[in-house]
Amino acid sequence: MARNDFQGSLDLLVLKTLAQRGKLHGYGIVLHIQRASDDLLRVEEGSLYPALHRMEQSRWISSEWALTETNRKAKYYRLTAAGRKELQEAEESFEQLVKGVRAMLKFA
Amino acid sequence: MALPRRIANLFFRSRVDREIDAEIEAHIALRIEDNVASGMTPQEARRDALVRFGNPTVAKERVASADLSLTLAGIGSDLRYAARQLRRAPSFALTAVLTLAVAICANAVVFSVLNALVLRPLDLPESQRLYTIEESELLNSYPDFRDLRDRNRSFDGIAAYGITEAGIDLGGNPTQIWDIEASGDYFDVMGIKPYLGRFFQRSDEHGPDSAPYVVLSYPYWKTQFHGDANILGRAVQINQHAFTIIGVAPPQFHGIERFFWPDVWTPLVEQAEVEGSNTLDERFLRDLFLIGRLKSNVTLAQAQGDLTSIADSLKKTYPADDDGLIFKLTKPGLGGNYLGPPIRAFMTGLMLLAALILLAACANLGGLFSARAIDREREIALRVALGSTRRRVLRQLLTEAVLISLAGGAAGIAGGVAVLRAVSVWQPISTFPIRMPVNPDARTYAVAVGLALLSGLLFGLAPVRQVFATAPWHIVKAAAHASPARRWFTIREALLVVQIAVCAVLLTGSLVAVRGLTRSLHSKLGFRPENAIVISTDLNMAGYSADRVPAMQKRMLDAFASVPGVTAAGMSDNLPLTFGTNEIYVYSSDASDFRPSRALSDTYAYAASPGFFKAAGTALLAGRTFTWADDKNALPVAVVNREFARKLFGSVENAIGQHFRLDAKTRLEIVGVVEDGKYNTLTEDQWAVYFRPLLQAPSTSTWNVVRTDRDPRQLAPQIYRTLRNLDSALPFTLLTWEKSLDASLFPARMAAISLGVLGLLGALLAVTGIFGMASYSVGKRLKEMGIRMALGAGRSELLRAALGRAFRLFAIGSAAGLVLGLAATRVLAYIVYEASPRDPFVLAGAVLAMLLLGITATWLPAQNALRIDPSKLMREE
Repeated sequence: MARNDFQGSLDLLVLKTLAQRGKLHGYGIVLHIQRASDDLLRVEEGSLYPALHRMEQSRWISSEWALTETNRKAKYYRLTAAGRKELQEAEESFEQLVKGVRAMLKFA
Repeated sequence: MALPRRIANLFFRSRVDREIDAEIEAHIALRIEDNVASGMTPQEARRDALVRFGNPTVAKERVASADLSLTLAGIGSDLRYAARQLRRAPSFALTAVLTLAVAICANAVVFSVLNALVLRPLDLPESQRLYTIEESELLNSYPDFRDLRDRNRSFDGIAAYGITEAGIDLGGNPTQIWDIEASGDYFDVMGIKPYLGRFFQRSDEHGPDSAPYVVLSYPYWKTQFHGDANILGRAVQINQHAFTIIGVAPPQFHGIERFFWPDVWTPLVEQAEVEGSNTLDERFLRDLFLIGRLKSNVTLAQAQGDLTSIADSLKKTYPADDDGLIFKLTKPGLGGNYLGPPIRAFMTGLMLLAALILLAACANLGGLFSARAIDREREIALRVALGSTRRRVLRQLLTEAVLISLAGGAAGIAGGVAVLRAVSVWQPISTFPIRMPVNPDARTYAVAVGLALLSGLLFGLAPVRQVFATAPWHIVKAAAHASPARRWFTIREALLVVQIAVCAVLLTGSLVAVRGLTRSLHSKLGFRPENAIVISTDLNMAGYSADRVPAMQKRMLDAFASVPGVTAAGMSDNLPLTFGTNEIYVYSSDASDFRPSRALSDTYAYAASPGFFKAAGTALLAGRTFTWADDKNALPVAVVNREFARKLFGSVENAIGQHFRLDAKTRLEIVGVVEDGKYNTLTEDQWAVYFRPLLQAPSTSTWNVVRTDRDPRQLAPQIYRTLRNLDSALPFTLLTWEKSLDASLFPARMAAISLGVLGLLGALLAVTGIFGMASYSVGKRLKEMGIRMALGAGRSELLRAALGRAFRLFAIGSAAGLVLGLAATRVLAYIVYEASPRDPFVLAGAVLAMLLLGITATWLPAQNALRIDPSKLMREE
């Protein structure tokens, strides 16, 4: 069965973001998701960090401290090989979910 | 995140906090920057950023919990929770911890001794290549040793050594020391280097008295010379002969015997100077230990073959002396392998008993934990109902078990270390430098902790099935007394029966041992050690020789006899049961072939002065004892014991006037027969023994026996002064005869002490086990009993209902244990003299003791049951 909880979706968004943008800090991830979804998706900023930590513990992403363009220290995250695999699975699982929901809605 | 870092995070929560803070701060700052860039005022920008982010503290907590919630952090909180739970049930926690501590302590101590005695390799370089070379009766002669040393192809080296007592004069008071007389290869074979100076070597030996050197042991050097490095080259007098100190052995080195700590080493070629006589040319006199270092490329079987072929050729060359010669290789350290088998058997037995204690403790723990689980059924059901996973609950129980195991293990080890410290400094035998360095090593700790965890976990998890079987709705609804836990009850009961049986085994065993000890103290020894003082001297140590020896011996005896309170005084070259026997073959009076295989009997030989039998309290059965007229010019005579008379001549009466031979020259006439005795060990089979007059078989080394008509300790100072006045240069040891028997009674005493302690521990565990079970069953059935009482049940019926089950279990366990214990104590008979399991005293004692234990343990619960007030109880529920 497809994984369809909200947490799963947030993980997917974060993983996808990192896959598209490479190295990024938390704030950057928030901005990217908002921008790339044409303002449709807004990540609750407070929830992002627990998710990032959890994913880091699962070794999907790794982190390091680095300077931003404005010379501010921030924690940057990047995808690991395990994260890439997880992303693929999450995408497939999400496709299934969408297909399933659509089929439900179209059912007459 | 790597595991170590996760563990580190547990302890450095603040570091994690700071990192999360910094991250969140950076996030908000970046947002503010963007806001300002898009035209907001700084205040607006900041407010907007904070609103968007939400409560940073909540975010931080959630991040931290994401960080910590995985296993390890959980364990931290589990531990805290478990500790809180245990604090709330102090009697449970205390009982469980104590039970485990007792068992772990017993096991740590026994294992540590086993380790020191048997398992641990000797503390010498490549000690696995060291082997004792035993003749059939353990010891070898010097000529045989030389042949072995020179002709073998399997050993890097073979050394010979003997243990002797000597008098040493450092300038001042002469004292007695223990000396290892060693051949020149000795230290090379051991593979050690001197701490100071040098060791004597093979190249120092050029025949008798060619190497008057002495090597000091480190402790002796420390105590007698205060670690003075300038003593090298100094001369000391050993038995009135000058020796030069050439070296000091390394601190831990004490020769090859595990528990013997000599003071000095002297070369074997100095034997005549040290001992006053020279046995180095006598092929038939076997009094030396041989130790060989196997070549690294030679197998044990090859070496054994090599030795056997040498033995065969020696047999052919010296048929008279080397008849039936065999060499065998054994593990060194315990008098060759002489003491090995009994010690190993005894230690294995003890280890088994300790394991039984552990088993009993485990049964106890299992019972405790299951009882606790039953009590906590509701709590657990509630937690499951409120959404806790079974795994989580299980982990909680596991944590509790681990906590108890660790606490019990730690307490047990602490107790064990204290006991072992005491054993290590203990000198069990006053006449012999024996020490048992049994300090626990890493292995002991590992075993103790391992056992604690294993037993704690195994039995702490006994209630696991119960947890899994818990149906929360069922239990939360029902009251506690309706718990469906009957099945667990029976397992608890089985555990209890096992435990009680084990305790009964231990109790019986210890009773048998204690009984055996008291009996051996009062057994027929063939002499009466009470009210007697023994003084060991060697006139050779003070330079006496030839005719001066018997003259001085007579003067000594006369001097002792003149002390008021002394009723008799005599001397003998050896005392029974003090580690000195001469084993001699005797032949018929018309024999001409004096090979051992032609002998009439193997005997122990003693030389005794007139008055010795009276002083020793040995009864004369027929004929006469010796007089001063039995000197070297008179007819050679002997007094024999009853066994000798019976074995060689059929009866006591027949023996008088008969003759026997020791060799071609010596033919003895039997003039008296005395009672049988114990000579080497208390458990030996009856030996045939003959005594010769000291004047006809002279010896410089004697044991003087002085019998008194009062407490011998009162007379000791006066006798001490008497001997000092006679010759102030003569070293001697004076002690009561009973004290000097320490060594012979040592095994029996050790057995009695260790078994006694184990029995006591077993009893303790039995009491706690029964007590726990009885009070639990009373507690569980309070309501039922209240109803019974209200309905008019009498006290005895009530008691039967409350405790009948407990008592029945107890009876089954005790009976099984007693039977097993009696069977097991057959083994004990080998160590403890007259340890008979069929002794009515032991049987009655064991039954009585178990009964007392049962009553003690059920007394309080019974009182509780009888004190039930039905009306109060009914109102409460």
